[in-house]
Amino acid sequence: MAITLTETAANRVEKFLSNRGKGIGLRLGVKTTGCSGMAYTLEFVDDLNPEDMAFESHGVKVIVDPKSLAYIDGTELDFTKEGLNEGFKFNNPNVKDECGCGESFTV
Amino acid sequence: MALLQISEPGQSAAPHQHKLAVGIDLGTTNSLVATVRSGLSSVLIDDDGHALLPSVVRYLPNGDVEVGYAAQAAQSQDAANTIISAKRFMGRGLKDIDVSLQPYHFVDNNDEMLQIETRAGIKSPVEISAEILKALKNRAEKSLGGELVGAVITVPAYFDDAQRQATKDAARLAGLNVLRLLNEPTAAAVAYGLDNAAEGTYVIYDLGGGTFDISILRLSKGVFEVLATNGDSALGGDDFDRRIFCWILEQSKCKPVNAQDTRLLLTKAREAKEWLTDHASAQITSILSTGEVVNVSLSTKQFNELTQTLVAKTLNPTKKALRDASLNIEDIKGVVLVGGATRMPQIRLAVADFFKQSPLTNLDPDKIVALGAAIQANTLAGNKSGADLLLLDVIPLSLGLETMGGLVEKIIPRNATLPIARAQEFTTFKDGQTAMSIHVLQGERELVTDCRSLARFELRGIPPMVAGAARIRVTFTVDADGLLSVSAREIASNVEANIAVKPSYGLSEEQILAMLKSGFSAAEADKQARALAEAKVDAESLLEAIKNALKQDADLLNNQEKQQIKAKIDALEGNIHAGAGNASSDAIIKATEALNAATEDFAARRMDASVSRALAGKNLDSLEI
Repeated sequence: MAITLTETAANRVEKFLSNRGKGIGLRLGVKTTGCSGMAYTLEFVDDLNPEDMAFESHGVKVIVDPKSLAYIDGTELDFTKEGLNEGFKFNNPNVKDECGCGESFTV
Repeated sequence: MALLQISEPGQSAAPHQHKLAVGIDLGTTNSLVATVRSGLSSVLIDDDGHALLPSVVRYLPNGDVEVGYAAQAAQSQDAANTIISAKRFMGRGLKDIDVSLQPYHFVDNNDEMLQIETRAGIKSPVEISAEILKALKNRAEKSLGGELVGAVITVPAYFDDAQRQATKDAARLAGLNVLRLLNEPTAAAVAYGLDNAAEGTYVIYDLGGGTFDISILRLSKGVFEVLATNGDSALGGDDFDRRIFCWILEQSKCKPVNAQDTRLLLTKAREAKEWLTDHASAQITSILSTGEVVNVSLSTKQFNELTQTLVAKTLNPTKKALRDASLNIEDIKGVVLVGGATRMPQIRLAVADFFKQSPLTNLDPDKIVALGAAIQANTLAGNKSGADLLLLDVIPLSLGLETMGGLVEKIIPRNATLPIARAQEFTTFKDGQTAMSIHVLQGERELVTDCRSLARFELRGIPPMVAGAARIRVTFTVDADGLLSVSAREIASNVEANIAVKPSYGLSEEQILAMLKSGFSAAEADKQARALAEAKVDAESLLEAIKNALKQDADLLNNQEKQQIKAKIDALEGNIHAGAGNASSDAIIKATEALNAATEDFAARRMDASVSRALAGKNLDSLEI
């Protein structure tokens, strides 16, 4: 059971966190919404919930709630540039299908 | 798959619901667009990696509009149709500017905003600025991959209502939803997070390409108050280039050079200036078109001496601004440097020396204003947790109305925080007076002639009464963007008149609608042009196919049939080449259909012929079906 960040992603997260001035890590999760069933969420973490699972990757704390972990276990989070756009990308081995725009997925 | 950004805790947007908001620095020389991604404000770059978009718009002979570097490059060849610094004309009348220095064909618009005649027709500064905003909007939408919910656009602190309204109109023409207009110095302060800091007074020193602005801001309870502004509208980084340019000519004892060499040497001068920011000396080498060789070396010390007077020139307005705000240097809590020219070490030294403290320089001075605007846009679009205070602005100049004797009665004093509404009662001056003319003015002066006229309207239908008996309540309302509406009501009879101040220099609602509409009608024309092009392509491919077929299988047709097909071909070709303006997609499509119908039989015969050729000499068993 693990969630990892690529080094690029970890560097960006650290930069964003230090710019924000507070926060203990990065929360990855899924919620049921969108055209394909589920969507990823990516948030800064200020407070931990008791049932949260924590991982550490390249010095960044990654927080996942156990319900989400079932869907995204083994995911590697990357930071990439696509043309003019830049952002985070989930490389999730559990995904069976995505909607056209990739914002939501099914497992 | 889509790229994700990090959200604030508990605020992840549902798919397809990102609220994309940008901050736009609509500058005199250069413009930028920035946005907040994953909590970090960053400037968006174009396909070529440029962050800056030169604020230059060129109307091309073919009807296209060019914005940015391409337009800037054409500036010297096509001066009359290439508009630079349109911001200087925003909300201005012909009498406000020095026409003799401009290469444009101005159109006097009788006390309304000036217009410029270009080959694309008569354009107002609002339309020209809208082109720049459109380019930035496209860049942002391409970069962020979605439609923008809105933008915060920055304006100089000294912009009056007419200029602010013009900026807002330009945004509307560009299809941007303006979340708020923000003062440039305020945006710079926000970029440095000064709005989160303790209360205090800050100086924003903004030396751009061609303008110098100094603003003194006081932050108290989350509100930025502009205490004073000053500056020099004809002083900027370009003047430093010019000094180096003159020095090069002097050193290399050149004869006066032609326009092409001037441009070349000015570029070299600018490169030398930028090099000297972190080097001790710069080598300037160049071969002129006359064959003369320029080879000089400029040291930091020489550069400082050359530009000493320019640096000193920025300190005079600074002193004046301090005096206007009745402040001493010790009262200043921080100094923010804005504008690319403040990278020069001598500027930083002079500022540090003057204020007895080192200025804030860790953000890119070219980008600060856009970055600050983006932070504000992000908050206004609702992407940030609600705990953050919304930054408020203040009204830069007092608003009032004309009273008897050409005097100005101030209703809303300057530095009142926005939004605001104030009312005051007035009365009639003469017995039986049934109408009242309300003249809205902006400025600090007492006489109407010294203030800026924003609007006039009339309240009619006041019941006849003796002088002084009518009570007329005039209400001034200024929204969060600093835009004014005025209403007047006679209290006894409830007669009311109001005006959303479309200042005399702004554009009327009809004008804006007409401009928006012309955008739509151009869309219709574009659609027709496209249909025509498509019809032509279809027709030409059919002609090609039939001509080939005729070459190969002409013997399948008798003379009469050949004549018929030939006639249809001629008709279609005639339609295609009808010439611009006469060619219609419908006619081409009809002729294409006619030709198709006339050749149906021929096509069937060709098919039969080729089948029988293929089958010739073979018996049924050998065919694999």
